[in-house]
Amino acid sequence: MSIVTVQLGQCGNQIGQEVFSALCSDIRGTHGLCSKKENGSYQDSCKERFFCEEESAVPVARAVLVDMEPKVISQTLSMAARSGHWKYSSHSHFCQKQGSGNNWANGYSVHGPRHKEAIMNLVQKEAEKCDRLGGFFTIMSMAGGTGSGLGAFVTQCLRDAFPTSFILNHVVWPYGTGEVIVQNYNSVLTLSHLYHSSDALLVHENDVIHKICAQLMNIKQISFRDVNQVIAHQLGSVFQPTHTAGGGSGYSRNPLGELMESLVPHPEFRMLGLRNIPQMPESSLPYSTFSWPGLIKHLRQMLIANAQMEEGIDWQVRPPSSIPSTNKPLHFNTSIANLVILRGKDVHGVDLGSFQDPSLYTSWLNPQDAFNAWKTPRAFNKYEKSAALVSNSQFLLKPLDSIVGKAWNMFASKAYLHQYAKFGIQEEDFLDCFTTLEQVISSYTNL
Amino acid sequence: MTQSVVVQVGQCGNQVGCRFWDLALREHAAVNKKGIYDEALSSFFRNVDTRSGNNGPDIYKGKICSLKARALLIDMEEGVVNEILQGPLKDVFDSKQLITDVSGSGNNWAVGHKIYGCQYRENIVEKLRKTAEHCDCLQCFFIIHSMGGGTGSGLGTFVLNLLEEEFPEVYRFVTSVYPSGEDDVITSPYNSVLAMKELNEHADCVLPIENESLLEIVNKIHQMINSGKLGSTVKQNSLVTSSAGSAKTLQEKPFDAMNNIVANLLLNLTSSARFEGSLNMDLNEISMNLVPFPRLHYLVSSLTPLYTLADVNVPSRRLDQMFSDAFSRDHQLIQADPKHSLYLACALLVRGNVQVSDLRRNIERLKPSLHFVSWNQEGWKTGLCSVPPVGHSHSLLALANNTCVKPTFIELKDRFMKLYKKKAHLHHYLQIDGMEQSCFSEAVSSLSDLIEEYNELDATKCGPRIDPSRLKIAI
Repeated sequence: MSIVTVQLGQCGNQIGQEVFSALCSDIRGTHGLCSKKENGSYQDSCKERFFCEEESAVPVARAVLVDMEPKVISQTLSMAARSGHWKYSSHSHFCQKQGSGNNWANGYSVHGPRHKEAIMNLVQKEAEKCDRLGGFFTIMSMAGGTGSGLGAFVTQCLRDAFPTSFILNHVVWPYGTGEVIVQNYNSVLTLSHLYHSSDALLVHENDVIHKICAQLMNIKQISFRDVNQVIAHQLGSVFQPTHTAGGGSGYSRNPLGELMESLVPHPEFRMLGLRNIPQMPESSLPYSTFSWPGLIKHLRQMLIANAQMEEGIDWQVRPPSSIPSTNKPLHFNTSIANLVILRGKDVHGVDLGSFQDPSLYTSWLNPQDAFNAWKTPRAFNKYEKSAALVSNSQFLLKPLDSIVGKAWNMFASKAYLHQYAKFGIQEEDFLDCFTTLEQVISSYTNL
Repeated sequence: MTQSVVVQVGQCGNQVGCRFWDLALREHAAVNKKGIYDEALSSFFRNVDTRSGNNGPDIYKGKICSLKARALLIDMEEGVVNEILQGPLKDVFDSKQLITDVSGSGNNWAVGHKIYGCQYRENIVEKLRKTAEHCDCLQCFFIIHSMGGGTGSGLGTFVLNLLEEEFPEVYRFVTSVYPSGEDDVITSPYNSVLAMKELNEHADCVLPIENESLLEIVNKIHQMINSGKLGSTVKQNSLVTSSAGSAKTLQEKPFDAMNNIVANLLLNLTSSARFEGSLNMDLNEISMNLVPFPRLHYLVSSLTPLYTLADVNVPSRRLDQMFSDAFSRDHQLIQADPKHSLYLACALLVRGNVQVSDLRRNIERLKPSLHFVSWNQEGWKTGLCSVPPVGHSHSLLALANNTCVKPTFIELKDRFMKLYKKKAHLHHYLQIDGMEQSCFSEAVSSLSDLIEEYNELDATKCGPRIDPSRLKIAI
């Protein structure tokens, strides 16, 4: 089954290009560490999922590129072509001249309706190229104007045009200390709208990835390219082919559907966080050894202590049942559902019992249903063993609360509202969005 | 890619404008090695096929034939414009872009605004329309003028009004040179306050400039060069005050160095819209992020570094010094100290080999010493443009919406009131058709209201921070 990626705005397009680049370089790499047959199967599955063979010499990404100004798209197209190993179709992009000016209302209310037909035509064409459409993967930031506003509008259009397809929104959360002054407004507007049309939101926070670059990857002068490459690696570790539990011998044919099924049992809870270990500079890989028990132990503790990366994990945090008092322990991250994805050598014997501990979860689901595992013996991106965790838990509660708090603070002073009113987003619209998100915050808090 | 049009009005406006076009050509020549007319060039220049004379058609792609500035030159005296047309830039403009007269405005805002405004209205509109037609997607008008005289101030603000009426969707960025206290034009306070009302009501963003600040920067540079304190030679073309031609120092006019600073301001402001980068910052984003309330659109700007040493690899420390300098009093283009006043919003546009981690590190470092308004504690707008300015490996433009503009406005109002109370020179204005006493009282009232808005914000600076309570959800 194939996934159509929609890259929206500067961030969406920059990350999208790194994702396809990472996927392509992974399948071309010889570090499969598994049988030739397995490797061949993996490569075919990845290609079907993300690339279209067409008549061209190199695989063509199944993607639609959208931006309201031309510079980023033209850079993205040329970088892909220069790699020589894959490219974008020359007919799959849409851009305008003026950009959205970091104004969500401009992206949503002006650019959206104006360009709906053109954009949806491109999406339709990509969807038709798929033998079986597995769903849509959109990449956007929520701080600016195009990815956020136009992205929210396009997601709605996707939902209307493809009511039975899965839609996963990858949303990048900006640095807390500001990339855009009105980022909190744009974020509130985006998240609340996406909540109504998307199936799930997979989130990456720039602050977290930045720390990974600084502390784990040892990069001195971190650029957005570095950040985007880490994000691409983490996304690849989720979306490259795997065998799911009941899937028989072949690679899973419905990754998005299975993701939703495993992780989103209730529509009120759609926010997914992502962790991936190990993460280190490529030069260190030959000198490192990994053990599954070690990786699983770390990943589990990262989950319950809400650690953002493999360093600085708080080992003091324990699940409720192992503490005599009846109060919920502070800092403990309650989960609704978790998905662990293991890639590499000796993957089939790994004991994941610790993730099925009922004390990690809310009481609604059986622990067997709340936890799922996908595996493949084929190693990913030169890591002999790697483990990813996609979690529907309280991971994002604090950052979400912080964003809503700052936005509310600004809203109370009425600053910048005239900029949104110019394009039709009024105070009442803001209030509706705040209400939606306060509801989400309240739901996650009371897990 | 979008286009911008520069409207330069009056003596000051045209002199600064002239410097702008000179440096813009230099910047593009440094970046555009192949002589192909590209999108970056098209933002300020048309490519005209002049083989059959100046009325040739526009060429949209391919080799550069003849670059014409997207500009309108307006002056009610001929001297300045004529000089431009006889100088090295004469081929960049054509006669269809000029509006001149003979007798000037006599340093009288009313003459510029009411008399010449009325007289040249149609002509101006027609020429603006023509310029706009040559643009694929016109995003912004840049007006350059001074506030203290008659033409730049009066006719300049008349044009501002016109632009809002005729092109309401296009942004209006105004670069205004404010008169100093010792200005030799006695009526400059009147002209400035009358012009301020127009800026309050019709501009999207105003970048105020004060000659004193420009002069201080020029002097600082001269001192540094002549004192021999700099170990190695300074790259001549990196001076924020230098003109394009390096052999021009002898023939440079006194204001050229100061005007080059303003020209560089405009180049840096538009760099991220013209060139690529990992985090673009377009002009509409500047307006969106830096203007929280419609009338508070006055942005204090600072440019660093002022010069580059010839033999330097950029160690981190020097990069950090650039950020620190951007917030120091002596790098601001008006006499103001943003560090000790209240920030409503701040934008940092970085050019060159600087990455997001450098930005983050410096913001974290400088934040504690700056005061931001309570509802915008993390009010930073950042942009990264990969192409550095000529002669530099990196540079920074800081734009601050900060209450430190208040003293400038208060002083202006005081100088105005000194004259107004005695009705000095008032008759020169009131005798003009369309001018009444109410024009003056409304203008000063508009200025007072603006000052009051800044006062209210300043009052919040020292108070306790009480965050408004959040919405409560019934479970």
